[in-house]
Amino acid sequence: MPGLQHLRRLDRYVVPVLILAGWEAFSRSGALPAALLPAPSTVVWAWADWVFGTDGNTQTYSGHWVYDMASSFSRVLAGFAIATALAVALGVAIGWSRATEVVIEPTLQMLRPIPPVSWIPLAIIWFGIANKPAIFLVFLGAFFPILLNTIHGVKNCDRNLIRAGAMVGGNNRELLRFIVLPAALPNIFAGLRIGIGSAWMLTVTAEMVAVKSGLGYVLWDSYYFLRYDLVLAAMASIGLLGYLSDLGIRAVMARVLHWQRNTTIQGGE
Amino acid sequence: MATIEISHLSKIFKDPKRKADVTALDDINIEVAKNQFLCLLGPSGCGKSTLLNMIAGFEKPSSGTVTVDGQRIAAPGSDRGVVFQQANLMPWLPIWENVAFHLLLRGGQKGERRAIAQRYIDMVGLTGFENHYPSELSGGMNQRVGIARALLMNPQVILMDEPFGALDEQTRMDMQNELVRIWQQHQGTIVFVTHGIDEALTLGTHVAIMSARPGRIREIIPIELPRPRDITSPQFNQTKRHILDLLRSERANQTLETMDQQ
Repeated sequence: MPGLQHLRRLDRYVVPVLILAGWEAFSRSGALPAALLPAPSTVVWAWADWVFGTDGNTQTYSGHWVYDMASSFSRVLAGFAIATALAVALGVAIGWSRATEVVIEPTLQMLRPIPPVSWIPLAIIWFGIANKPAIFLVFLGAFFPILLNTIHGVKNCDRNLIRAGAMVGGNNRELLRFIVLPAALPNIFAGLRIGIGSAWMLTVTAEMVAVKSGLGYVLWDSYYFLRYDLVLAAMASIGLLGYLSDLGIRAVMARVLHWQRNTTIQGGE
Repeated sequence: MATIEISHLSKIFKDPKRKADVTALDDINIEVAKNQFLCLLGPSGCGKSTLLNMIAGFEKPSSGTVTVDGQRIAAPGSDRGVVFQQANLMPWLPIWENVAFHLLLRGGQKGERRAIAQRYIDMVGLTGFENHYPSELSGGMNQRVGIARALLMNPQVILMDEPFGALDEQTRMDMQNELVRIWQQHQGTIVFVTHGIDEALTLGTHVAIMSARPGRIREIIPIELPRPRDITSPQFNQTKRHILDLLRSERANQTLETMDQQ
Protein backbone atom coordinates (compact mmCIF):
# COMPACT_ATOMS: atom_id res chain seq x y z
CA MET A 1 0.00 0.00 0.00
CA PRO A 2 1.49 3.34 -1.03
CA GLY A 3 -0.17 5.17 1.91
CA LEU A 4 1.53 2.90 4.43
CA GLN A 5 4.87 3.29 2.68
CA HIS A 6 4.55 7.04 2.91
CA LEU A 7 3.74 6.81 6.61
CA ARG A 8 6.72 4.59 7.26
CA ARG A 9 9.08 7.07 5.65
CA LEU A 10 7.78 9.80 7.96
CA ASP A 11 7.93 7.51 11.01
CA ARG A 12 11.63 7.96 11.55
CA TYR A 13 11.30 11.74 11.93
CA VAL A 14 8.53 11.65 14.53
CA VAL A 15 10.68 11.18 17.63
CA PRO A 16 13.43 13.73 16.77
CA VAL A 17 10.86 16.36 15.77
CA LEU A 18 8.90 15.85 18.99
CA ILE A 19 12.04 16.12 21.11
CA LEU A 20 13.17 19.30 19.36
CA ALA A 21 9.72 20.87 19.60
CA GLY A 22 9.43 20.03 23.32
CA TRP A 23 12.93 21.34 23.98
CA GLU A 24 12.23 24.58 22.09
CA ALA A 25 9.02 25.10 24.05
CA PHE A 26 10.70 24.34 27.37
CA SER A 27 13.60 26.72 26.72
CA ARG A 28 11.26 29.53 25.74
CA SER A 29 9.00 28.96 28.76
CA GLY A 30 11.59 30.61 31.04
CA ALA A 31 11.70 27.74 33.57
CA LEU A 32 15.48 27.85 33.25
CA PRO A 33 17.66 30.86 32.35
CA ALA A 34 17.96 30.88 28.55
CA ALA A 35 21.78 30.82 28.76
CA LEU A 36 21.80 27.45 30.58
CA LEU A 37 19.64 25.56 28.12
CA PRO A 38 19.68 27.32 24.75
CA ALA A 39 16.72 26.57 22.51
CA PRO A 40 17.36 24.51 19.36
CA SER A 41 16.79 27.62 17.27
CA THR A 42 19.59 29.41 19.16
CA VAL A 43 21.87 26.42 18.67
CA VAL A 44 21.11 26.35 14.94
CA TRP A 45 21.81 30.11 14.78
CA ALA A 46 25.21 29.66 16.44
CA TRP A 47 25.97 26.60 14.34
CA ALA A 48 25.11 28.46 11.13
CA ASP A 49 27.52 31.24 12.03
CA TRP A 50 30.20 28.74 13.02
CA VAL A 51 29.84 27.02 9.67
CA PHE A 52 29.09 29.89 7.28
CA GLY A 53 30.08 33.02 9.23
CA THR A 54 26.55 34.44 8.87
CA ASP A 55 26.54 37.21 11.51
CA GLY A 56 29.71 36.73 13.55
CA ASN A 57 27.89 35.76 16.78
CA THR A 58 30.47 33.03 17.48
CA GLN A 59 33.29 35.59 17.21
CA THR A 60 36.66 33.91 16.62
CA TYR A 61 34.92 30.68 15.52
CA SER A 62 32.78 32.37 12.94
CA GLY A 63 33.11 30.50 9.63
CA HIS A 64 35.72 28.25 11.18
CA TRP A 65 33.75 24.97 11.32
CA VAL A 66 35.27 23.28 8.29
CA TYR A 67 38.75 23.80 9.71
CA ASP A 68 37.75 22.52 13.17
CA MET A 69 35.95 19.56 11.67
CA ALA A 70 38.89 18.74 9.40
CA SER A 71 41.39 18.79 12.30
CA SER A 72 39.26 16.34 14.31
CA PHE A 73 38.53 14.22 11.28
CA SER A 74 42.17 13.94 10.23
CA ARG A 75 43.10 12.77 13.76
CA VAL A 76 40.36 10.15 13.71
CA LEU A 77 41.45 9.02 10.28
CA ALA A 78 45.15 8.78 11.17
CA GLY A 79 44.63 6.95 14.48
CA PHE A 80 41.98 4.69 13.01
CA ALA A 81 44.12 3.77 10.00
CA ILE A 82 47.11 2.87 12.17
CA ALA A 83 44.86 0.88 14.53
CA THR A 84 43.25 -0.98 11.64
CA ALA A 85 46.56 -1.93 10.01
CA LEU A 86 48.14 -3.10 13.27
CA ALA A 87 45.08 -4.78 14.77
CA VAL A 88 44.21 -6.74 11.64
CA ALA A 89 47.81 -7.90 11.15
CA LEU A 90 48.23 -8.87 14.80
CA GLY A 91 44.75 -10.37 15.02
CA VAL A 92 45.37 -12.63 12.03
CA ALA A 93 48.73 -13.70 13.47
CA ILE A 94 47.23 -14.46 16.90
CA GLY A 95 44.18 -16.22 15.49
CA TRP A 96 46.19 -18.32 13.04
CA SER A 97 49.20 -19.36 15.12
CA ARG A 98 48.94 -20.81 18.59
CA ALA A 99 52.58 -19.88 19.27
CA THR A 100 51.97 -16.18 18.55
CA GLU A 101 48.88 -16.29 20.71
CA VAL A 102 50.79 -17.67 23.68
CA VAL A 103 53.56 -15.08 23.33
CA ILE A 104 51.52 -11.92 22.69
CA GLU A 105 47.97 -12.36 23.92
CA PRO A 106 48.45 -12.18 27.73
CA THR A 107 50.27 -8.84 27.42
CA LEU A 108 47.54 -7.41 25.21
CA GLN A 109 44.81 -8.64 27.51
CA MET A 110 46.52 -6.86 30.40
CA LEU A 111 46.78 -3.61 28.48
CA ARG A 112 43.18 -3.81 27.31
CA PRO A 113 41.33 -2.99 30.56
CA ILE A 114 43.36 0.22 31.02
CA PRO A 115 41.05 3.04 29.85
CA PRO A 116 42.63 4.88 26.91
CA VAL A 117 41.91 8.17 28.70
CA SER A 118 44.30 7.22 31.52
CA TRP A 119 47.13 7.31 28.97
CA ILE A 120 46.65 11.09 28.53
CA PRO A 121 49.38 12.17 30.99
CA LEU A 122 51.95 9.88 29.40
CA ALA A 123 50.78 10.80 25.90
CA ILE A 124 51.34 14.50 26.66
CA ILE A 125 54.79 13.85 28.14
CA TRP A 126 55.79 11.73 25.17
CA PHE A 127 54.21 13.66 22.33
CA GLY A 128 53.63 17.18 23.64
CA ILE A 129 50.50 19.26 22.97
CA ALA A 130 49.66 18.69 19.33
CA ASN A 131 48.20 16.12 16.96
CA LYS A 132 50.28 13.21 18.12
CA PRO A 133 48.81 12.55 21.58
CA ALA A 134 45.31 12.71 20.09
CA ILE A 135 46.22 10.26 17.34
CA PHE A 136 47.79 8.00 19.94
CA LEU A 137 44.59 8.02 22.00
CA VAL A 138 42.41 7.36 18.96
CA PHE A 139 44.69 4.47 18.09
CA LEU A 140 44.33 2.98 21.60
CA GLY A 141 40.55 3.29 21.49
CA ALA A 142 40.10 1.71 18.07
CA PHE A 143 42.82 -0.94 18.34
CA PHE A 144 41.29 -3.41 20.79
CA PRO A 145 37.80 -3.79 19.31
CA ILE A 146 39.32 -4.39 15.87
CA LEU A 147 41.92 -6.80 17.28
CA LEU A 148 39.46 -8.92 19.26
CA ASN A 149 37.00 -9.17 16.40
CA THR A 150 39.76 -10.12 13.95
CA ILE A 151 41.03 -12.87 16.27
CA HIS A 152 37.49 -14.16 16.66
CA GLY A 153 36.90 -14.12 12.90
CA VAL A 154 40.14 -15.95 12.10
CA LYS A 155 39.58 -18.59 14.78
CA ASN A 156 36.04 -19.23 13.64
CA CYS A 157 37.05 -19.83 10.04
CA ASP A 158 35.48 -23.11 8.94
CA ARG A 159 38.17 -25.82 9.08
CA ASN A 160 36.56 -27.55 6.11
CA LEU A 161 37.14 -24.49 3.90
CA ILE A 162 40.83 -24.58 4.87
CA ARG A 163 40.90 -28.29 4.00
CA ALA A 164 39.31 -27.51 0.65
CA GLY A 165 41.99 -24.87 0.07
CA ALA A 166 44.78 -27.28 0.99
CA MET A 167 43.22 -29.82 -1.34
CA VAL A 168 43.48 -27.49 -4.34
CA GLY A 169 47.15 -27.00 -3.51
CA GLY A 170 47.27 -23.92 -1.28
CA ASN A 171 50.25 -23.36 1.02
CA ASN A 172 49.90 -21.64 4.41
CA ARG A 173 50.37 -18.14 3.02
CA GLU A 174 47.79 -18.70 0.28
CA LEU A 175 45.30 -20.22 2.70
CA LEU A 176 45.61 -17.11 4.89
CA ARG A 177 45.28 -14.71 1.99
CA PHE A 178 42.52 -16.43 0.02
CA ILE A 179 40.47 -18.22 2.68
CA VAL A 180 41.09 -17.14 6.28
CA LEU A 181 41.14 -13.40 5.60
CA PRO A 182 37.98 -13.27 3.46
CA ALA A 183 36.22 -15.58 5.93
CA ALA A 184 37.15 -13.23 8.80
CA LEU A 185 36.05 -10.05 6.98
CA PRO A 186 32.51 -9.92 8.42
CA ASN A 187 34.01 -9.98 11.93
CA ILE A 188 36.73 -7.48 11.00
CA PHE A 189 34.08 -5.05 9.77
CA ALA A 190 32.12 -5.49 13.00
CA GLY A 191 35.33 -4.50 14.80
CA LEU A 192 35.85 -1.48 12.53
CA ARG A 193 32.36 -0.21 13.26
CA ILE A 194 32.88 -0.43 17.02
CA GLY A 195 36.37 1.04 16.59
CA ILE A 196 35.25 4.14 14.68
CA GLY A 197 32.86 4.99 17.53
CA SER A 198 35.66 4.79 20.10
CA ALA A 199 37.87 6.79 17.75
CA TRP A 200 35.50 9.78 17.78
CA MET A 201 35.02 9.61 21.54
CA LEU A 202 38.77 9.70 22.11
CA THR A 203 39.55 12.48 19.62
CA VAL A 204 37.11 14.74 21.38
CA THR A 205 38.49 13.76 24.82
CA ALA A 206 42.05 14.38 23.68
CA GLU A 207 41.11 17.74 22.17
CA MET A 208 39.62 18.88 25.46
CA VAL A 209 42.89 18.22 27.25
CA ALA A 210 45.89 17.92 24.99
CA VAL A 211 45.21 19.78 21.73
CA LYS A 212 44.29 23.34 20.86
CA SER A 213 42.08 22.70 17.85
CA GLY A 214 39.22 20.55 16.68
CA LEU A 215 35.58 20.10 17.65
CA GLY A 216 36.44 18.95 21.17
CA TYR A 217 38.57 22.02 21.74
CA VAL A 218 35.77 24.33 20.53
CA LEU A 219 33.38 22.51 22.85
CA TRP A 220 35.57 22.96 25.91
CA ASP A 221 36.58 26.52 25.02
CA SER A 222 32.94 27.57 24.54
CA TYR A 223 32.16 26.13 27.96
CA TYR A 224 34.70 28.55 29.49
CA PHE A 225 33.01 31.42 27.66
CA LEU A 226 29.54 30.27 28.73
CA ARG A 227 28.47 29.76 25.12
CA TYR A 228 26.27 26.72 25.73
CA ASP A 229 24.68 27.14 22.32
CA LEU A 230 28.09 26.55 20.77
CA VAL A 231 28.73 23.63 23.18
CA LEU A 232 25.56 22.01 21.88
CA ALA A 233 26.44 22.80 18.26
CA ALA A 234 29.83 21.11 18.80
CA MET A 235 28.12 18.05 20.34
CA ALA A 236 25.76 17.84 17.38
CA SER A 237 28.68 18.17 14.95
CA ILE A 238 30.50 15.26 16.64
CA GLY A 239 27.36 13.13 16.53
CA LEU A 240 26.83 13.95 12.87
CA LEU A 241 30.43 13.15 11.88
CA GLY A 242 30.44 9.92 13.89
CA TYR A 243 27.26 8.90 12.13
CA LEU A 244 28.71 9.76 8.70
CA SER A 245 31.92 7.81 9.40
CA ASP A 246 29.88 4.77 10.34
CA LEU A 247 27.81 5.23 7.20
CA GLY A 248 31.05 5.29 5.19
CA ILE A 249 32.27 2.02 6.73
CA ARG A 250 28.88 0.45 6.09
CA ALA A 251 29.03 1.51 2.45
CA VAL A 252 32.47 -0.12 2.05
CA MET A 253 31.16 -3.17 3.89
CA ALA A 254 28.16 -3.49 1.59
CA ARG A 255 30.53 -3.49 -1.39
CA VAL A 256 33.09 -5.90 0.04
CA LEU A 257 30.61 -8.29 1.67
CA HIS A 258 28.04 -8.19 -1.12
CA TRP A 259 27.98 -11.99 -1.09
CA GLN A 260 26.24 -11.86 2.30
CA ARG A 261 23.27 -10.04 0.80
CA ASN A 262 21.20 -13.15 0.31
CA THR A 263 21.99 -14.90 3.54
CA THR A 264 19.31 -13.23 5.65
CA ILE A 265 16.50 -15.38 7.04
CA GLN A 266 14.04 -14.25 4.42
CA GLY A 267 16.48 -14.50 1.52
CA GLY A 268 16.82 -12.12 -1.39
CA GLU A 269 14.19 -10.76 -3.74
CA MET B 1 51.88 -50.47 -10.80
CA ALA B 2 48.86 -49.59 -8.76
CA THR B 3 47.86 -45.90 -8.57
CA ILE B 4 47.07 -46.01 -4.87
CA GLU B 5 48.86 -48.42 -2.55
CA ILE B 6 47.85 -48.68 1.06
CA SER B 7 49.92 -51.05 3.13
CA HIS B 8 49.67 -52.04 6.78
CA LEU B 9 47.86 -48.83 7.54
CA SER B 10 46.60 -48.30 11.08
CA LYS B 11 45.10 -45.31 12.79
CA ILE B 12 44.74 -45.01 16.53
CA PHE B 13 42.99 -41.97 17.95
CA LYS B 14 44.57 -41.16 21.28
CA ASP B 15 42.20 -39.97 23.95
CA PRO B 16 44.38 -38.94 26.91
CA LYS B 17 41.42 -37.54 28.86
CA ARG B 18 39.51 -40.81 28.93
CA LYS B 19 42.62 -42.98 28.82
CA ALA B 20 40.99 -45.08 26.12
CA ASP B 21 42.64 -45.14 22.70
CA VAL B 22 40.33 -45.93 19.82
CA THR B 23 41.63 -48.07 16.98
CA ALA B 24 39.85 -46.59 13.97
CA LEU B 25 41.71 -48.60 11.33
CA ASP B 26 43.66 -51.80 11.77
CA ASP B 27 46.16 -53.12 9.22
CA ILE B 28 44.48 -51.94 6.02
CA ASN B 29 45.95 -53.20 2.73
CA ILE B 30 44.45 -52.04 -0.55
CA GLU B 31 45.75 -51.56 -4.06
CA VAL B 32 43.73 -49.43 -6.40
CA ALA B 33 44.62 -49.80 -10.07
CA LYS B 34 44.57 -46.94 -12.58
CA ASN B 35 41.05 -46.04 -13.76
CA GLN B 36 39.50 -48.17 -11.05
CA PHE B 37 36.35 -46.90 -9.31
CA LEU B 38 36.58 -48.24 -5.77
CA CYS B 39 33.68 -47.85 -3.38
CA LEU B 40 34.45 -48.12 0.34
CA LEU B 41 31.29 -49.55 1.88
CA GLY B 42 30.68 -49.96 5.57
CA PRO B 43 28.55 -48.96 8.57
CA SER B 44 29.01 -45.56 10.19
CA GLY B 45 32.03 -45.46 12.44
CA CYS B 46 33.97 -48.12 10.52
CA GLY B 47 36.70 -45.63 9.67
CA LYS B 48 36.00 -45.27 5.96
CA SER B 49 36.14 -41.46 6.08
CA THR B 50 39.33 -41.64 8.16
CA LEU B 51 40.85 -43.89 5.50
CA LEU B 52 39.87 -41.40 2.78
CA ASN B 53 41.25 -38.48 4.82
CA MET B 54 44.59 -40.26 5.04
CA ILE B 55 44.74 -40.74 1.26
CA ALA B 56 43.87 -37.03 0.97
CA GLY B 57 46.63 -36.16 3.44
CA PHE B 58 44.33 -34.47 5.97
CA GLU B 59 45.23 -37.02 8.65
CA LYS B 60 48.45 -38.87 9.35
CA PRO B 61 48.56 -42.64 9.79
CA SER B 62 49.68 -44.08 13.15
CA SER B 63 51.58 -46.73 11.23
CA GLY B 64 51.81 -47.99 7.66
CA THR B 65 51.94 -46.01 4.44
CA VAL B 66 49.79 -44.58 1.67
CA THR B 67 51.39 -43.95 -1.69
CA VAL B 68 49.84 -42.39 -4.80
CA ASP B 69 51.80 -43.02 -8.00
CA GLY B 70 54.73 -44.12 -5.90
CA GLN B 71 54.78 -40.89 -3.87
CA ARG B 72 54.29 -41.29 -0.15
CA ILE B 73 51.45 -39.07 1.10
CA ALA B 74 52.34 -36.61 3.87
CA ALA B 75 50.12 -33.60 3.12
CA PRO B 76 47.14 -32.57 0.98
CA GLY B 77 47.98 -31.73 -2.62
CA SER B 78 46.38 -30.94 -5.95
CA ASP B 79 47.27 -34.37 -7.36
CA ARG B 80 44.31 -35.67 -5.34
CA GLY B 81 40.94 -33.97 -5.82
CA VAL B 82 38.57 -34.26 -2.88
CA VAL B 83 34.79 -33.92 -3.01
CA PHE B 84 33.49 -33.43 0.51
CA GLN B 85 30.33 -34.52 2.27
CA GLN B 86 29.27 -30.87 2.35
CA ALA B 87 30.30 -28.93 -0.74
CA ASN B 88 32.65 -26.63 1.29
CA LEU B 89 32.60 -23.79 -1.24
CA MET B 90 33.90 -20.30 -0.49
CA PRO B 91 30.68 -18.34 0.11
CA TRP B 92 32.32 -15.06 -0.98
CA LEU B 93 33.24 -16.31 -4.45
CA PRO B 94 30.88 -16.76 -7.38
CA ILE B 95 30.49 -20.27 -8.78
CA TRP B 96 33.05 -19.88 -11.55
CA GLU B 97 35.73 -18.63 -9.15
CA ASN B 98 35.03 -21.52 -6.80
CA VAL B 99 35.51 -23.93 -9.69
CA ALA B 100 38.71 -22.13 -10.73
CA PHE B 101 40.06 -21.79 -7.17
CA HIS B 102 43.04 -23.96 -8.03
CA LEU B 103 43.96 -21.59 -10.88
CA LEU B 104 43.61 -18.55 -8.61
CA LEU B 105 46.34 -20.01 -6.39
CA ARG B 106 48.43 -20.79 -9.47
CA GLY B 107 48.09 -17.12 -10.45
CA GLY B 108 46.46 -17.39 -13.87
CA GLN B 109 44.98 -14.49 -15.86
CA LYS B 110 41.31 -13.83 -15.11
CA GLY B 111 40.10 -14.42 -18.67
CA GLU B 112 42.00 -17.66 -18.93
CA ARG B 113 40.76 -18.88 -15.55
CA ARG B 114 37.23 -18.04 -16.56
CA ALA B 115 37.50 -19.94 -19.85
CA ILE B 116 38.87 -23.08 -18.21
CA ALA B 117 36.26 -22.93 -15.43
CA GLN B 118 33.53 -22.69 -18.07
CA ARG B 119 34.48 -26.10 -19.50
CA TYR B 120 33.99 -27.77 -16.14
CA ILE B 121 30.85 -25.80 -15.30
CA ASP B 122 29.34 -27.03 -18.57
CA MET B 123 30.50 -30.56 -17.81
CA VAL B 124 28.58 -30.74 -14.52
CA GLY B 125 25.54 -29.08 -16.07
CA LEU B 126 25.61 -25.69 -14.36
CA THR B 127 25.80 -23.52 -17.48
CA GLY B 128 24.16 -20.18 -16.74
CA PHE B 129 24.99 -20.18 -13.02
CA GLU B 130 28.61 -18.97 -13.38
CA ASN B 131 28.03 -15.70 -11.53
CA HIS B 132 25.70 -16.99 -8.84
CA TYR B 133 26.92 -17.37 -5.28
CA PRO B 134 26.85 -20.70 -3.42
CA SER B 135 24.11 -19.43 -1.07
CA GLU B 136 21.88 -18.93 -4.11
CA LEU B 137 22.08 -22.56 -5.30
CA SER B 138 20.57 -25.78 -3.96
CA GLY B 139 22.60 -28.42 -2.13
CA GLY B 140 22.76 -30.66 -5.20
CA MET B 141 23.98 -27.82 -7.40
CA ASN B 142 26.64 -26.86 -4.86
CA GLN B 143 27.80 -30.46 -4.78
CA ARG B 144 28.24 -30.30 -8.59
CA VAL B 145 30.39 -27.20 -8.11
CA GLY B 146 32.51 -29.21 -5.67
CA ILE B 147 32.92 -31.95 -8.26
CA ALA B 148 33.82 -29.43 -10.98
CA ARG B 149 36.42 -27.85 -8.65
CA ALA B 150 38.05 -31.24 -8.09
CA LEU B 151 37.94 -32.20 -11.79
CA LEU B 152 39.51 -28.93 -12.93
CA MET B 153 42.80 -29.82 -11.26
CA ASN B 154 42.90 -32.85 -13.54
CA PRO B 155 44.05 -34.97 -10.58
CA GLN B 156 45.41 -38.52 -10.70
CA VAL B 157 42.90 -39.52 -8.10
CA ILE B 158 39.50 -38.26 -7.01
CA LEU B 159 38.43 -38.94 -3.45
CA MET B 160 34.75 -38.62 -2.60
CA ASP B 161 33.39 -38.72 0.94
CA GLU B 162 29.66 -39.53 0.80
CA PRO B 163 29.20 -36.61 -1.60
CA PHE B 164 25.54 -37.42 -2.28
CA GLY B 165 24.63 -38.28 1.29
CA ALA B 166 22.63 -35.11 1.91
CA LEU B 167 20.68 -35.24 -1.36
CA ASP B 168 17.18 -36.56 -2.03
CA GLU B 169 16.74 -39.90 -3.82
CA GLN B 170 15.91 -38.39 -7.22
CA THR B 171 18.83 -35.94 -7.26
CA ARG B 172 21.17 -38.61 -5.96
CA MET B 173 20.34 -40.97 -8.85
CA ASP B 174 20.84 -38.18 -11.38
CA MET B 175 24.19 -37.28 -9.83
CA GLN B 176 25.30 -40.93 -9.77
CA ASN B 177 24.55 -41.30 -13.47
CA GLU B 178 26.39 -38.12 -14.24
CA LEU B 179 29.39 -39.13 -12.17
CA VAL B 180 29.62 -42.42 -14.05
CA ARG B 181 29.33 -40.53 -17.35
CA ILE B 182 32.12 -38.12 -16.39
CA TRP B 183 34.31 -40.95 -15.12
CA GLN B 184 33.81 -42.92 -18.35
CA GLN B 185 34.58 -39.87 -20.48
CA HIS B 186 37.66 -38.70 -18.61
CA GLN B 187 38.97 -41.83 -17.00
CA GLY B 188 40.78 -41.54 -13.72
CA THR B 189 40.91 -43.33 -10.42
CA ILE B 190 38.12 -42.72 -7.93
CA VAL B 191 37.78 -43.75 -4.30
CA PHE B 192 34.20 -43.22 -3.16
CA VAL B 193 33.05 -43.58 0.44
CA THR B 194 29.44 -44.58 0.99
CA HIS B 195 27.18 -46.47 3.36
CA GLY B 196 24.63 -47.25 0.65
CA ILE B 197 24.86 -50.74 -0.86
CA ASP B 198 22.86 -49.69 -3.94
CA GLU B 199 25.08 -46.66 -4.44
CA ALA B 200 28.26 -48.73 -4.20
CA LEU B 201 26.92 -51.29 -6.67
CA THR B 202 25.68 -48.63 -9.09
CA LEU B 203 29.00 -46.84 -9.24
CA GLY B 204 31.98 -49.03 -8.51
CA THR B 205 34.19 -51.31 -10.50
CA HIS B 206 35.15 -52.68 -7.09
CA VAL B 207 33.50 -52.55 -3.70
CA ALA B 208 35.55 -52.87 -0.53
CA ILE B 209 33.43 -54.05 2.38
CA MET B 210 34.65 -52.71 5.71
CA SER B 211 33.91 -53.90 9.20
CA ALA B 212 33.76 -51.67 12.24
CA ARG B 213 35.69 -51.40 15.51
CA PRO B 214 38.43 -51.86 14.59
CA GLY B 215 37.99 -50.82 10.94
CA ARG B 216 39.22 -53.58 8.67
CA ILE B 217 38.78 -54.50 5.02
CA ARG B 218 36.66 -57.65 4.94
CA GLU B 219 36.51 -58.30 1.27
CA ILE B 220 37.07 -56.51 -2.01
CA ILE B 221 34.50 -57.57 -4.57
CA PRO B 222 34.95 -56.80 -8.28
CA ILE B 223 31.62 -55.73 -9.78
CA GLU B 224 31.26 -56.90 -13.34
CA LEU B 225 27.66 -55.83 -13.95
CA PRO B 226 27.01 -54.14 -17.32
CA ARG B 227 26.51 -50.37 -17.39
CA PRO B 228 24.20 -48.54 -17.09
CA ARG B 229 23.46 -50.63 -14.05
CA ASP B 230 19.93 -51.74 -13.37
CA ILE B 231 19.27 -51.86 -9.64
CA THR B 232 16.32 -54.22 -10.21
CA SER B 233 18.12 -56.86 -12.27
CA PRO B 234 18.68 -60.37 -10.86
CA GLN B 235 22.49 -60.12 -11.09
CA PHE B 236 22.43 -56.86 -9.19
CA ASN B 237 20.34 -58.44 -6.45
CA GLN B 238 22.58 -61.47 -6.32
CA THR B 239 25.63 -59.32 -5.61
CA LYS B 240 23.62 -57.28 -3.15
CA ARG B 241 22.57 -60.45 -1.31
CA HIS B 242 26.20 -61.53 -1.04
CA ILE B 243 27.15 -58.17 0.50
CA LEU B 244 24.19 -58.24 2.87
CA ASP B 245 25.24 -61.73 4.01
CA LEU B 246 28.74 -60.44 4.68
CA LEU B 247 27.43 -57.51 6.70
CA ARG B 248 25.01 -59.78 8.58
CA SER B 249 27.62 -62.38 9.55
CA GLU B 250 29.76 -59.46 10.63
CA ARG B 251 27.07 -58.39 13.06
CA ALA B 252 26.60 -61.94 14.31
CA ASN B 253 30.35 -62.25 14.96
CA GLN B 254 30.33 -59.03 16.89
CA THR B 255 27.43 -60.21 19.03
CA LEU B 256 29.27 -63.47 19.74
CA GLU B 257 32.42 -61.57 20.66
CA THR B 258 30.57 -59.37 23.11
CA MET B 259 28.93 -62.45 24.63
CA ASP B 260 32.35 -64.08 25.00
CA GLN B 261 33.65 -61.03 26.76
CA GLN B 262 30.78 -61.18 29.20
